[in-house]
Amino acid sequence: MARVVVDVMLKPEILDPQGQAVQRALPRLGFDGISDVRQGKRFELEVDGPVDEAALARIHDLAESFLANTVIEDFTVRVEEAAEAVK
Amino acid sequence: MTARIGVVTFPGSLDDRDTQRAIRLAGAEPVALWHKDKDLKQVDAVVLCGGFSYGDYLRAGAIARFSPVMEPLLEQAKAGLPVLGICNGFQILTEAHLLPGTMLRNDHLHFICRDQKLRVENAETAWTTDYTAGQEIHIPLKNNDGQYVADERTLDELEAEGRVAFRYLDFNPNGSQRDIAGVTNAAGNVVGLMPHPEHAVEPLIGTGRTDGLPFFTSILKKLVNA
Repeated sequence: MARVVVDVMLKPEILDPQGQAVQRALPRLGFDGISDVRQGKRFELEVDGPVDEAALARIHDLAESFLANTVIEDFTVRVEEAAEAVK
Repeated sequence: MTARIGVVTFPGSLDDRDTQRAIRLAGAEPVALWHKDKDLKQVDAVVLCGGFSYGDYLRAGAIARFSPVMEPLLEQAKAGLPVLGICNGFQILTEAHLLPGTMLRNDHLHFICRDQKLRVENAETAWTTDYTAGQEIHIPLKNNDGQYVADERTLDELEAEGRVAFRYLDFNPNGSQRDIAGVTNAAGNVVGLMPHPEHAVEPLIGTGRTDGLPFFTSILKKLVNA
């Protein structure tokens, strides 16, 4: 079984009020020197069978049509190598 | 015979009963539709009501958009079926790409519930002919994700084509671009807005006015005269 990770982030030009709220809380917590925070989503998909080109293409479609709203979000798809071996 | 207007209930919908009531008060017949329905029971129009379908998981409206009932709805909306999306319903319509843009979390990150002043910018859609263009109305607004965003080109297009149907007046409650509270598709049959006209159809409730009722009388007139 292989894991495919889809990261979804708001596009750079879209305001991220949640990220801003996190960033503003940092000095209060004693974390200095962080000028910006952007918050996103990470999806971990456990894929049955081989992660070949066709499987990745399907996941790309899934990310584009469902996991991300491309009006406001960008996404990346990547295979997490040897997820099992790490355990 | 009067018009039959469907109201879809998704898991997490909240305002289906209020919407049915508003439709009845306007003189039409409400028809309950379920998210698993594969047909629209031959209704003359559909309202997607407010609430938190699927808990707003992933994004507001993102999961409801793939419900079985949305298949015939998408097809018929493109062929001219009048559809009104209120609040979560508006979010579902943008997720389904029937309306442009999308809604982000309110810029101040708080849930907001208030009587909101709006200006009706387009009184020629299927759902707004009982208003006059430029009319100012008060109807309740209640949401978490109400910040309307779209890219500049889309916004310019909407403005140029008169497709900004409603604008927030006096106070922008959520950071929406260009104070946009609701939009229409090019044909004028699909309309979406964040505020809740169905909560302002009787003097006793909502803003104490009946400023939301013309949504439902507009569509009734259109359907009965058709």
